[in-house]
Amino acid sequence: MNWYAVKSIYTFEMARTWRTVLQSVIAPVISTALYFVVFGSAIGSRMTDIDGIGYGSFIVPGLVMLSLLTQSVSNAAFGIYFPRFSGTIFEVLSAPISYIEILLGYVGAAATKSILLGLIILATATLFVELRIAHPIWMLMFLVLTAVTFSLLGFIIGIWADSFEKLQIVPLLIVTPLTFLGGSFYSIDMLPPVWQTITLFNPVVYLVSGFRWSFFEISDVAVGISLGMTAVFMIICLSIVWWIFKTGYRLKN
Amino acid sequence: MAPIISIKQLQKTYTGGFQAIKGVDLDINPGEIFALLGPNGAGKTTLINIVCGIVQATGGSVTVDGHDISKNFRAARQRIGLVPQELTTDAFETVWNTTRFSRGLFGKPPSPAHIEATLKSLSLWDKKDAKIMTLSGGMKRRVLIAKALSHEPQILFLDEPTAGVDVELRKGMWDVVRKLRESGVTIILTTHYIEEAEEMADRVGVINNGQIILVQEKRALMAQLGKKELTLQLSDKLSEIPSALADEQLTLANDGLSLTYTYDTKSERTGITQLLGKLSENGIRFTDLDTTQSSLEEIFVNLVKRPA
Repeated sequence: MNWYAVKSIYTFEMARTWRTVLQSVIAPVISTALYFVVFGSAIGSRMTDIDGIGYGSFIVPGLVMLSLLTQSVSNAAFGIYFPRFSGTIFEVLSAPISYIEILLGYVGAAATKSILLGLIILATATLFVELRIAHPIWMLMFLVLTAVTFSLLGFIIGIWADSFEKLQIVPLLIVTPLTFLGGSFYSIDMLPPVWQTITLFNPVVYLVSGFRWSFFEISDVAVGISLGMTAVFMIICLSIVWWIFKTGYRLKN
Repeated sequence: MAPIISIKQLQKTYTGGFQAIKGVDLDINPGEIFALLGPNGAGKTTLINIVCGIVQATGGSVTVDGHDISKNFRAARQRIGLVPQELTTDAFETVWNTTRFSRGLFGKPPSPAHIEATLKSLSLWDKKDAKIMTLSGGMKRRVLIAKALSHEPQILFLDEPTAGVDVELRKGMWDVVRKLRESGVTIILTTHYIEEAEEMADRVGVINNGQIILVQEKRALMAQLGKKELTLQLSDKLSEIPSALADEQLTLANDGLSLTYTYDTKSERTGITQLLGKLSENGIRFTDLDTTQSSLEEIFVNLVKRPA
């Protein structure tokens, strides 16, 4: 393993986060705080409890997931797309590093950023609502697993995109709607039966459900299924990344 | 001496069907400066990119210091530094950070001393904390060289190193390249400036339509293919070349005051003695004479004009 290379890519990407701290950290924290104010305090105070959990607290896992998913995808997509756009990718491709090492550097940095952000948002949430975490280890596991999986998705998007517009299409038009419709702000039990069935095709439902279970021990689907679906999604992403590296798709042609 | 780079029957056909490299065989000797010349689209950059691992070949093989670039890519790539044609830099990074990044990327432990020496050798030391976006084009080019040298490579590829660089900086760049060669680095450069190859290269390769059409020692190439011209400044104006000299390779200038004689340097006899005798016999006197050898550029143009 070329650990120096992994460290170089990782620290380079992390340095970009600190250089753009307003955009990378403060902006998502502020927008999440606004969600808490609007949905948690203003609207939430008029909502009934869900499974015995106050609405403000109920939406915390969903809001963390919302940020985690969008930031994982955006960070990883931009991280690999920008060197492609600027041409500096030549250096990575000509270096004595394997594809696994490239992936560890870029996806590792993107996942780290979004996990840190998720934890900051959790800390911010405690300023607005009462929060307890029933299974902190499981919570961290879901956090890491989701961050890595969606960073892999972001990496794929960053390779596929050939314009800044395309870079934004998937996060804006697919990931964000799926997250909003994935039970971030409600329990899927609250939906009509037909929509409950349709919602089960949304992978984000399983992430939010499993993550929420680690907080409140309530879930829309069984925890094992949540974990399994996340693992399946990760395997799909890894398979696509493997194919990209094998064929050199948009990297070496 | 075993070649440091050995290219055998290399082929590259792009997805759209364009065949950029058509069975190239080429050996690069350790410690030499090799200039790869060719018109736009000839395959120079594709060839370099394959050796460096940026583009996948569709056939053939390349070894670097005995290491196959596919099977043993780590060992092969560790030995190579690449300065690309485009000024592709991390605009928001400092010179120091980007150079340090490159060293790590190539698997070398941090060495502030080496990076300092590299930046100093390229006159970049006083800019080490400057963001790359604030540098001039010439400085950015030197940053790219610093990045390529950060991991102490044995081989340096310079793809159009002085494109867009003014004359003074270009000559400064040549000095840098010479110093690198003196330190034992093998240099392969592609260039549009034939003058650059003529000035620096030990050997010259010409690529056209994805095929190497010539590889030769620069001096031998110029001696073999170069034609010389002898120009005589005449004492008296001539209206035409006398019929007694009609068989000679002579051209009379429009002003009638100079005669140019073209001869082949590789011929056993240049015919100069005979010509001077004939001029004397015909009462043609001259006040001065001058010889010029055809440049590498003319040789290059003649080569690539030949039908494939």
